[in-house]
Amino acid sequence: MARVEIEDVEVELFMRALQLRHGYDFSRYAPASFKRRVLNLAANAGCRTIIELTDRLLREDELVPQVIAGLSVPVSEMFRNPSVFRVLREDVLPVLASYPVINIWQAGCAFGQEVYSLAILLEEAGLYDRSQIFATDFSDAALVRAQEGIFPAREARSYSENYLAAGGKRSLADYYHARYEFMKFDERLKRNVTFANHNLVCDGVFCEAHLILCRNVLIYFTNTLQDHVLSLFRDSLVRNGFLCLGNRENIDFASAARDFSPVNARERVYRKNADAP
Amino acid sequence: MSASPSAVVMGCSAGGMGALRTVLGGLSATFPRPVVVVCHTGSEDVTTFCELLELASTLPVREARERQLMMPGVVHMAPSGYHLLLERGGRFSLSIDERVSFARPAIDVLFDTAASACGKDLIGVLMTGANNDGAAGLRTIRRLGGLAIVQDPADAQASAMPQAALEIAGADHVVPLKGIAPLLNQLCP
Repeated sequence: MARVEIEDVEVELFMRALQLRHGYDFSRYAPASFKRRVLNLAANAGCRTIIELTDRLLREDELVPQVIAGLSVPVSEMFRNPSVFRVLREDVLPVLASYPVINIWQAGCAFGQEVYSLAILLEEAGLYDRSQIFATDFSDAALVRAQEGIFPAREARSYSENYLAAGGKRSLADYYHARYEFMKFDERLKRNVTFANHNLVCDGVFCEAHLILCRNVLIYFTNTLQDHVLSLFRDSLVRNGFLCLGNRENIDFASAARDFSPVNARERVYRKNADAP
Repeated sequence: MSASPSAVVMGCSAGGMGALRTVLGGLSATFPRPVVVVCHTGSEDVTTFCELLELASTLPVREARERQLMMPGVVHMAPSGYHLLLERGGRFSLSIDERVSFARPAIDVLFDTAASACGKDLIGVLMTGANNDGAAGLRTIRRLGGLAIVQDPADAQASAMPQAALEIAGADHVVPLKGIAPLLNQLCP
């Protein structure tokens, strides 16, 4: 039998410690990227080895938020892959417009770039006032950042380009105030946003959604966990509800995928089948 | 424990298209291993890049898909905007974690994870490029028993990347571009 690399043993022990001591289960995360993130965490915390980080994790509770932040959905950008937002604008929102109230779940919202993108999209479609966005993440640190809606000003140009490519009707600058090195998005954009902690690994259905956005989160999960979360999405969606994933995600190996049909396969926009359980 | 998968991983940046055309055009049509490539193209989509490469390549060139098993005799190209990682069983995964050496996909990420997945059954090839991505990954490949081939910097369109690799990782073979495919054919009969 091949000898297991030391680092892999350390990653395993780190994962066990996080579960036993702090209750977070990462055992069904895709191993390769999980290992990279743990190595980064150790390096950023000034630890020479992962075992040193594990030792601190067991004894310093104040380290937990930092560790969870480092293991959660990474920072996105506004209107990432603008063509997806065009599909939402042109093919999905007109359908959602027929509902008196529109519930949208943004699962894994990270620092909130996509929440504000979505709010702007709804605002420009004249639907925002009857929409409710549930923005969730399992990292409290990320949720705090998302609620602030403050992003580095150096991102303004690429965000604006994305916004226009996504079919934006105004100028992105209409929605934020630039101060020093930062841009802060208009408070009014979150008037119908509820930020809440939710862990896709262990938490259940909490709303009846017409649209779920979860882009580039499932790529970090093994097939088993991906299937589990897709089932959770299916159970959370109304009949014929929409699901939007990241544009390179592959759900061919998940049995829950059979409960969805593509609206636009290229952009990974799906609809829950009418006969799904 | 199942046997580790075997593969060839390649990285290149500036001048990469030309280099890949030469190497992939020279591989045997019955090349027995999967070939996985990260090239910094800067484009939104690698579809056209794959099509252009396939015109010169003896093997089919496909964009690597998340969760898919790598296939012998197929060239798998990293998609744009994501890091491409190799999992232990020989399947691909993607991440949108921070850029590494200003790049996503980064050669280092593919090389590091492939080294863990394949161990000694891995060959890493680093070619022309204007930064130092890939050097740390190539060092991991060698540390875990794999083989490193570096394009002779004097022969590379951009010499910084192979030069950095030689300084940081060293190499088992340093060859000019035209020598890479024949060497791979010989190493993987």
